[in-house]
Amino acid sequence: MASILSVRNLTKTYQSGNRLLTVLHDVSFDLRRGETCAVVGPSGSGKTTLLGLCAGLDRATSGSVDLSGERLGAMSEDALARLRNREVGFIFQTFQLIPTLTALENVMVPAELRGQKGPRERASELLDQVGLGERMSHYPAQLSGGEQQRVSIARAFVNRPAMLFADEPTGNLDTDTGATIEELVFEINETAGTALLLVTHNHELAQRTGRIIRLRGGNIVSDTLTRA
Amino acid sequence: MPNPWIFRMAWRDSRGSRRQLALFLSSMIVGVAALVAISSFGSNLRKVVDDESKTLLGADLVFESGRPFGETMEAAIDSIGGAQSRLISFPSMAWFPAGEQSRLMTVRAVEGKFPFYGDIETTPASAADGWLADGGALVDAAVMRLFNVQPGDSVRIGRYFYPVAGRIDRMPSENQMMSFFSPRVYIPAARLDSTLLSRGSQADYELAFRFDDGRDVEALVENIGLFLREEEVRYDTVEEVRESWDEGLTNLYRFLNVVAFVAVLLGGIGVAGAIHVYVRRRLATIAVLRCLGAGTRQTFSVYAVQTIAMGLASSVTGAMLGIGVQMLVPVALSDFLPVDVPFMVSWGSLGAGMTLGVGVTAAFALFPLVSIRRISPLLTLRSTVEIGQTSLKDPLWWIVFGVVATGITTFSVANAPSPGIGLGYVVALTAVFGTLLVTAKGIIWAARRFFPSRWSYIWRQGLANLFRPDNQTNTLILSLGLGAFIIGTLFGIQRTLLAQLEVSEARQLPNIVLFDIQPDEIDPVTRIVQGKELPVLDSVPIVSMRLASVNGRTVSAMRADSTATWAHRREYRVTYRDYLTESEKVVEGVFIGEADPNDPVAPVSLDQDIARDLDVGIGDSLTFNVQGQLIPTRVASLREVEWRRMGTNFFVVFPAGVLENIPRFYVLLSRTENGEQAAGLQRAVLGGYPSVSVIDLSLVLSTFDTIFSRISFVVRFMASFSILTGVIVLIGAVVVSRVQRRRESVLLKTLGASQSEVLRIMTVEYLFLGFFAALTGLALSFASVWAFSAFVFDTSFRPDVVATLVLLGAVPFLTVAIGLVNSRGIYRRSPLDVLRTDM
Ligand SMILES: Nc1ncnc2c1ncn2[C@@H]1O[C@H](COP(=O)(O)OP(=O)(O)O)[C@@H](O)[C@H]1O
Ligand SMILES: [Mg+2]
Repeated sequence: MASILSVRNLTKTYQSGNRLLTVLHDVSFDLRRGETCAVVGPSGSGKTTLLGLCAGLDRATSGSVDLSGERLGAMSEDALARLRNREVGFIFQTFQLIPTLTALENVMVPAELRGQKGPRERASELLDQVGLGERMSHYPAQLSGGEQQRVSIARAFVNRPAMLFADEPTGNLDTDTGATIEELVFEINETAGTALLLVTHNHELAQRTGRIIRLRGGNIVSDTLTRA
Repeated sequence: MPNPWIFRMAWRDSRGSRRQLALFLSSMIVGVAALVAISSFGSNLRKVVDDESKTLLGADLVFESGRPFGETMEAAIDSIGGAQSRLISFPSMAWFPAGEQSRLMTVRAVEGKFPFYGDIETTPASAADGWLADGGALVDAAVMRLFNVQPGDSVRIGRYFYPVAGRIDRMPSENQMMSFFSPRVYIPAARLDSTLLSRGSQADYELAFRFDDGRDVEALVENIGLFLREEEVRYDTVEEVRESWDEGLTNLYRFLNVVAFVAVLLGGIGVAGAIHVYVRRRLATIAVLRCLGAGTRQTFSVYAVQTIAMGLASSVTGAMLGIGVQMLVPVALSDFLPVDVPFMVSWGSLGAGMTLGVGVTAAFALFPLVSIRRISPLLTLRSTVEIGQTSLKDPLWWIVFGVVATGITTFSVANAPSPGIGLGYVVALTAVFGTLLVTAKGIIWAARRFFPSRWSYIWRQGLANLFRPDNQTNTLILSLGLGAFIIGTLFGIQRTLLAQLEVSEARQLPNIVLFDIQPDEIDPVTRIVQGKELPVLDSVPIVSMRLASVNGRTVSAMRADSTATWAHRREYRVTYRDYLTESEKVVEGVFIGEADPNDPVAPVSLDQDIARDLDVGIGDSLTFNVQGQLIPTRVASLREVEWRRMGTNFFVVFPAGVLENIPRFYVLLSRTENGEQAAGLQRAVLGGYPSVSVIDLSLVLSTFDTIFSRISFVVRFMASFSILTGVIVLIGAVVVSRVQRRRESVLLKTLGASQSEVLRIMTVEYLFLGFFAALTGLALSFASVWAFSAFVFDTSFRPDVVATLVLLGAVPFLTVAIGLVNSRGIYRRSPLDVLRTDM
């Protein structure tokens, strides 16, 4: 009942050529509401794949994912989209801002899609919070990488999601900028009480979450709590 | 749920690409303009024809006969009443003494107040009212201009002189084309030289009625129809003339409509190509939207809204432009029109044109737009996700295809003279588009398959651009190829038709014809010709006759039970001779040159087509009536006659020894080397023998040339819309591919490629595309010119080699030129700028 994300026996197999490549083997875990968790592992171990499946961006070969009490496998693409809009925030390694929209408009998109009242106020409040109050009408091309990632953090929280997915959010940034971004993510996440599934290579970053899942070759090799 | 977000997002998403998008969709502008112009003009024209249908006939009812009306007919005419006016029309030489020039013209001798409806327009204007009472003549404008005849000069027709009252600018019931074929001279019937009517039977007798008692003319002719047929009197009513004009104009209008529609379709292809690239460049955005929770329909709508908005903008622009173009249409068509068409905006056409423009834009844009639904949000996590390239597996794609195909077929069938021809358009269009598409695919395949890996870097890059992702090969080959096809076909048809005329020019063929020569005039006229040291190429007697019976069954009996065809009813001008000419050969039976004096049945030779129309063969008997005298004949041979060859050709040829004592006239053919000789001969002959008619065939040829150039002007006028659209599609496609390649060019530049290397790579790409498009388009145009010459003009196929070679060079050159002009800015931008902002 208390779990926001419930993954059971999740397996993902790709067909590459005439060879079957199993990227995830029988992965199971649960995430409680408000819990933060890091997924770590070497490159190619299946972290991104797992994230994509948990967020309903891709379909599992077998096993199930329940997000916010809904079984993803049974839902249509459009139902998944609605669920993501309502319950999920994203932060990507490559920022993924829409180039033709200003910072403010980018942040507003999920709220507007949801048809909420006053998306502009909410969005500018968040942009203030990430320190971009002065840059709201700038386009992504006019922002640095770190600034772009802050916009995308603001966007991730605009609909007050119950679940936040982040795939190597600092992977494309220099160490210093990366550190500021991390601060920001944890800070906002803490105040919002959002559950977090964070994919990262960075051990320090992983240590700041409540729990670490280690993946290797598509298997969970350990699942440990960091703080009692 | 029409979400306002969709419109907001569409607006925002189009930022920075609006000018590009506008350019892509501007390919619709010209097509819509053409369509609106043609259809608005067409509806005006029909309205005018309806409003002025009485002017088209000039009367309420006209009777027409090949001979003077008989007594019973005159009695009937009396009882019909109304206001009456008579006209006698016949060809005759008109001689203008001022410049000593003469010309074969159609004389129309008027008695009474014809035309009853519509006004004769003349220069000077006063001539229209006074000419009849003053005993003057009204003369065709072109002839007056050609011979520099002034009002007040005189013209001689037969033995009488008439003062020229004025020039005919417009005559109700006639159009400019008629004047090209046979210029008119109007004279008062009261002063007609009646000897001109006594010989031959080429005169046409008309009686025009005007009824002011609101009589039902259709009912009247219905009542007396049978009687008129017996009297061999044809009739024309306002309703019939209106219908036939309506039909003719509708066909013309539909043809032009189809041509305009091809421009719209071409524009549609431009739209499809542009939107395809546009969507591909929006992949990341679409994936993000999907990830943030936009549904498939919402994302799709964001782009559909942009497309439709731009389609609407270009259709509105096109429609406005079309209204402007509409003013030009009457200029192009004026020679073919019976009435002045005033400029009016047809709101219906405007609406229909815009609807069609938006519809075609939307329909063609759907082909690339449907793939939006399959763009996965997973693309935000990895860029390697395959987006379903195979649209062909998408049922929605096929639905769109079905809708477009049905739409095109419906439009073609609705605008063709018959459903068969409409389907023919579709088949031809499919064949052309299909061949071009196959060529494009073939180029993509071959460039990849036979990639010349040892060629220089520049050639390899240029060739690779043909098949790399986001290539413009399909769009460019289609638009360039279609353009080359249309231009090539036009040139080819023109060349084929002109080639026919040149044949008669080049060889020692007759170019001057003297006819209406009486038997007692033939020797002195022949001496005049020889005295001028001109050759007598042919001199044949001609006898006019009608068929009396076929295999014992009389033609009047056949008329009575309506089995008589036009071939039974017509008048035959036959000759007699004991030899075959160069332009005919016997295909059945034996040609008999001389009649057996002991056999009362003459062995004649028939043209095979007329034999088919008469339904007779070798051995069948035909009886001819020559001015009351019956002449029995049997069909001894059938000939195939090359009618297009200049010379004298006949449906029926008698053997020598049968018609020698029957009233006849002679035709003499000669050849002059220049206009001066021809004029000299005309003067000499007409001086002594005014009733002899002379036709200068080189004049006829130049007339034909004039007519042809008017027609080809109209066709080119319409084709220019397709060509213009092709150029816009081309520019659009080049710009799109430039945008695609811009990043790459900048990268190359950053990596150290010189400007000239970057430009040379582009040149290679466009040179290939331009060349293969031109090659395919021109090959297709050969096929279509061949089809036209075989099935429409019935001539041998003459390709225009020079034009073909020129086009083969010009199209690639133009492509490269447009490509280079469009990319001139690229090299000036800072690489950093492009790499940072390019999206
Ligand atoms: N569409 C695909 N087809 C085939 N193999 C894939 C596909 N997507 C990912 N993979 C493979 O799955 C494995 C896991 O990838 P990924 O989840 O991206 O790893 P990580 O994010 O941990 O680096 C890799 O070996 C990758 O090559
Ligand atoms: Mg990864």
